[in-house]
Amino acid sequence: MNELGFSDKAMRLLLLGAASMSILIVLLIFLFLGKEAIPFAEKPGLLALLDSRWIPVSFQQPRFGLLPLLAGSTLITVLATIFTVPLSICGAMYIADLASPLEREILKPFIEILAAIPSVVLGFFGLLVVAPFIKELFHLPSGLSALTGAVLLALMAVPTVISISEDAIRSVPLAYKKASLALGASQLQTMLRVTVPAALPGIVAAVMLGMGRIIGETMVVLMVTGNAGIITWQPAESVRTMTATIAAEMGEVPFGSVHYSALFWVGLVLLLITFGLNVIAQRVLKKYGMMQ
Amino acid sequence: MNPFISFILLPLLMLSACRSEQPNSSAPSPSSPTPAAVQSPPKSDGNALTIKGSDTMVHLVSSWAEQYMKVSPTAQLSVTGGGSGTGFAALINGTTDICAASRPIQAKEVSQAKEKGITPKEIAVARDAIVVIVHPKNPLTALTMQQTGDIFTGKFTLWDQVGGAKKAIIPLSRESSSGTYVFFQEHVLKKADYTVYARLMPGTSAMAQSVAADETSIGYTGLGYALEMKDSVKMLSIKKDEAALAVVPSEETVASGAYPISRELYFYTNGEPGETSKPFIAFCLSETGQQIVRETGYVAVH
Repeated sequence: MNELGFSDKAMRLLLLGAASMSILIVLLIFLFLGKEAIPFAEKPGLLALLDSRWIPVSFQQPRFGLLPLLAGSTLITVLATIFTVPLSICGAMYIADLASPLEREILKPFIEILAAIPSVVLGFFGLLVVAPFIKELFHLPSGLSALTGAVLLALMAVPTVISISEDAIRSVPLAYKKASLALGASQLQTMLRVTVPAALPGIVAAVMLGMGRIIGETMVVLMVTGNAGIITWQPAESVRTMTATIAAEMGEVPFGSVHYSALFWVGLVLLLITFGLNVIAQRVLKKYGMMQ
Repeated sequence: MNPFISFILLPLLMLSACRSEQPNSSAPSPSSPTPAAVQSPPKSDGNALTIKGSDTMVHLVSSWAEQYMKVSPTAQLSVTGGGSGTGFAALINGTTDICAASRPIQAKEVSQAKEKGITPKEIAVARDAIVVIVHPKNPLTALTMQQTGDIFTGKFTLWDQVGGAKKAIIPLSRESSSGTYVFFQEHVLKKADYTVYARLMPGTSAMAQSVAADETSIGYTGLGYALEMKDSVKMLSIKKDEAALAVVPSEETVASGAYPISRELYFYTNGEPGETSKPFIAFCLSETGQQIVRETGYVAVH
């Protein structure tokens, strides 16, 4: 692609600047988060982050344990991933391989619209429709649960995962498929034994990017998970995620307080997790030559 | 890189950067510095009036100031929050004409004021009450303060421990950033921590919504909001102790002081209110002023 070249140097510089902006911003974010988080390491000490309770406002002893928040984010992410993966892979397989051009033309825009729904709107939908439905379905005392959050987050992650998986499946060389069919394999056998395994690295990367989206999502979980800071593996329980904690507490926290820098630690941990997921996904894509 | 993260964190960082420039950082909040009028230094001319203090009261005092300036166009009022403590400090230092406070002045603050030759005068201007709400199908009608506190600290986890059905209680609280959270914790939980099983609702409407939806939940909200929602949630009567009568939360019981989960909201001035503050305070206490109190969700003093 590079042979095309841009003769206009100014244009080139402008584009380079725009492209490198994100590197600068990522570095600056890490730097500022770190700066605001440092006071906590000095005063209560980092061990305080390993407490099993998150009680930032207390007349007794405020506690800033990240464990319940980590557990909450983990539970929701795992559940949402479990819902997302089969749905997205089946969807991607159909759109990439089986759908007629007309079907594809109808399906793809709708998947993109699903990706474009603002998360607050999805949160309203969750609060008014999904939460009562889940409450009825499982006879729970309350619909505000990790399960409800995970279902909604899966809805948000599905479009991302379908799009990238579909690209991966379509980028499998046609020769593989033809060879398989020529050997007498059925269409289903070809898909499951040849196409999908060949596209697997791309699908794995798609799932990791989807997980990054799930773990970083804020508004939906703040609205529908109940936000109780308990360490639990029960999908029916209420959980408090890292993102919801920052969103709910940052607005009113006294500037420069221990609580304030504790929130920056939450942000830092969250950033490291999403950063890690993205790096892994990029490496997988690169290793198998699927970088778009 | 997930762009979403950058989107939330950048504004937060900017916000904190702006806030660090404020000299008064004891309890700043984005909503607190709400200038209701053109900022003018206190006592620079006869019609300027500054009111500083409680974050709880900022909305109420701003509404008063807006209406007052319509009646008396020459007045220049500036309203800022920061917390009751900040307000008292400003009164003692002579940097505000009126201190708005959601708690009475402490003995320590009185003696500090005396050293500076200031005599704080207390005027009750409104009342704030918190109502305990449950689902309309909950058979319970009253709780004692002790029982309510024990439910929210997690000592009681089943409704039959307080005379209801044999079902698990779902306690709903506000987020810790809410003033209501702290007030309820101090007065009802007697400063104990909330149970970790309490679900923290991001706002008053989310609280009312959840109580209306879940039959075994219990929550709390300001009286004004509870009265608006009285068709979908049930307000519990509160007994001060085991022997006392259950008091139904209403404007009358709050105004008379019979309803136990309430507090008075005050103005403090240095000595008798001066020439500029007197008409404003009179306006706040007038029928029009007290109507604004009701409209903003608080309870009138008379």
